[in-house]
Amino acid sequence: MDITKNNRIGLAITEIIMLLVAILFLIPFYFLFVNSVKSFGDLLTNAASLPKSIEWGNYARAFEITNFPTAFLNSFVITVVSNVLLVLISAMAAYRMVRQNTAFNRILFVIFVAAMVVPFQSIMIPLVKVTSTVGLMNSIPGLIVCYLGFGIPMSVFLLHGFVKSIPLEIEEAATVDGTNAYGVFFRIVLPLMKPMLVTVFILNALWIWNDYLLPSLILQSPELRTIPIATFAFFGQYTKQWDLALPALVMGVLPIIVFFLMMQKYIIEGITQGAVKG
Amino acid sequence: MHQHKRNSQWTQQLVFVGPALIFFALIIVVPFLLGLYYSFTDWNGVSGEVAWVGLDNYKQILTNDTVFRDSFWFTAKFTVLGVIFTNVLGFALAYFLTKKLKSRNFLRTVFFMPNVIGGLLLGFIWQFIFVKGFAAIGDVTGISFFNLPWLGTENTAFWAIVIVFVWQTAGYLMVIYISSLNNVPKDILEAAEIDGASRGQVLRSIIIPLIMPAATVCLFLAISWSFKMFDLNLSLTKGGPFGSTESVAMNIYNEAFSKNRYGLGTAKAIIFFIIVAVITTLQVRLTKSKEVEA
Repeated sequence: MDITKNNRIGLAITEIIMLLVAILFLIPFYFLFVNSVKSFGDLLTNAASLPKSIEWGNYARAFEITNFPTAFLNSFVITVVSNVLLVLISAMAAYRMVRQNTAFNRILFVIFVAAMVVPFQSIMIPLVKVTSTVGLMNSIPGLIVCYLGFGIPMSVFLLHGFVKSIPLEIEEAATVDGTNAYGVFFRIVLPLMKPMLVTVFILNALWIWNDYLLPSLILQSPELRTIPIATFAFFGQYTKQWDLALPALVMGVLPIIVFFLMMQKYIIEGITQGAVKG
Repeated sequence: MHQHKRNSQWTQQLVFVGPALIFFALIIVVPFLLGLYYSFTDWNGVSGEVAWVGLDNYKQILTNDTVFRDSFWFTAKFTVLGVIFTNVLGFALAYFLTKKLKSRNFLRTVFFMPNVIGGLLLGFIWQFIFVKGFAAIGDVTGISFFNLPWLGTENTAFWAIVIVFVWQTAGYLMVIYISSLNNVPKDILEAAEIDGASRGQVLRSIIIPLIMPAATVCLFLAISWSFKMFDLNLSLTKGGPFGSTESVAMNIYNEAFSKNRYGLGTAKAIIFFIIVAVITTLQVRLTKSKEVEA
C-alpha cells in the first residue's frame, strides 16, 4: 500500500519534470513561430514576447523571394522519385542476393556493408568530376542517380536481412504452379516485403529531404533549388533580416513536421527496425 | 535445356542485381578509387594536366597544415562531448518514458521532433535563438548565462554547436533506447526488486548490461553524425569565429571547392575516411564485447 502510494507520487514528480524538459525542447519552436509574424522593430526590441500585431505580410514576401512553390516541388519530386526507385532496385538486388547465394553475391554484399562506413565527404570531390563527365550535373535526374548510388548500400543491407526471414515454401509453390522468377518476385515476394520497404522508404526520405551538401554540389540553376538550398541562398542575400528569414524557415520546416506528425508511428518503427538490423 | 537454364540465370542476375550494381559502382566505387588516385597528384580540378606527386599531399597535411589540425581537434573534441551528452540524455529520456507516464506519447513526439528537421535549417533557426532569443531571455530573467555572446567567442560557439547537436539527436537515440528498454524481461526486474535491489543497482547491474546492443548502435550513430558534421556548422557559425568551429568535413570542402586544391582535398578526404572507419570499427568491437544475453 505504502509502496504503491510512493510510486504514484514518484511518477507524478517524474511526469512534471519531463513536461518541463519538453517545454525546454519546444522553446526554439516558440521563438521561431512567434517572431516570424512580428514586424522588424517589434522583433528587435523583444524576441521573447508575443507579437504586438501579426504581420502575415512577412510570409507573403518570403514566399515570393524564396520562390517557395518551386523549391517545395523540387524537394518533393527528388525525394519521392529517388525513394521509389531506390526501394525497388534495392529490393530486387537484396532478393536475388539472398536466394542465389553465389560467391559473387556474397562478396558484393560484403562490399555494400563496407561502403556504409564511407563518409559522403570523403568521396564528394571526385564525385563532382564523375557526375560532370557522365552528364549528371545541374539536373534533377542526375541528382536522383546520385541518391540511388548513395542509398543502395544501406537499403540493400536492411532488405537483405528481411528477405532471409521470408519462408522459401511460398515461392516454391508458385514456381511449381508455373510462375517465372519475375512473377514470383513482383507478385509474391515484393508484397511480403512491405513492412521493411516502408522502413527503408522513411529512413531514406528523411535523409534526402533534408540533405544539403549533395544537391548544393550537383544543382546550380536557381530554378532547380531544393528547400535547404533555397534557404541557404536566401540567407546569403538577406543576412540579419529576420522578419523575412524566420517566415522562410517556418515554411522550410513545416512540410517535414507535418509529415512527421502524420507518419509518426511508421517513422518511430522505421528507426527501431533500422537500428535493430544495423 | 541446360544451356537455356544457365542463360536465364544470367539474365535474372543481370535484371535483379544489375541496376543496384551500376548505380553503386558509378556513384561510390569509381569516385572512391579516383579520389585515391588524385590524392597522390596536384590536381586543381580545372586543368586537364595532373602530375603525380607521390606522398607530398599526405606529408603536407600531416606535418604542415595547422588549419587541418585545428579542424581535426575541433571535430574530435566535439565528437567526444557530443556523443557523451546525446547518449546520456537520450538514455535518460528513454528510461523515464518507459515508466507509466500519462503524457508518454506526447513527450516522445516532442523529444523526437527536432530530429526530422535538417541540420542546415536547424542551424539558421538556432542562429536567431542564440543572437536574439537568448538575449531576450537574459533581459527578462537577468541570468548572465543568456547574455553571453554565444556565437561571438570561440569557447561559447563550440558549446552552442554542442547544445544544438544534442537537442537535435537525443530524440533519435531515445527511440532506440526505448525499444531496447522495453525488451528487458520484466521478471528479472521484479526478481531484483523482491531481492531488495535499489533502483541504482537495478540500473547499473541489470538494465545497462542488457541494453548494450542498443548502446552499440547509438554510439555508432552519434560518432558518425558528429564526425561528419557539416550542415550545422555551416549555417550556425560558418566555421567561425576565426575558424574555431571548422569541422574536418568543412576543411575538406574548402580545400577543394574554395581554394581549388583538389589533390590536397582528396588526400584529406582519404585520411578522413580512414579515421572514421578505424574509430567506428573499434567502437563497435569494444561495445559488442560488452553485450550480454538476458
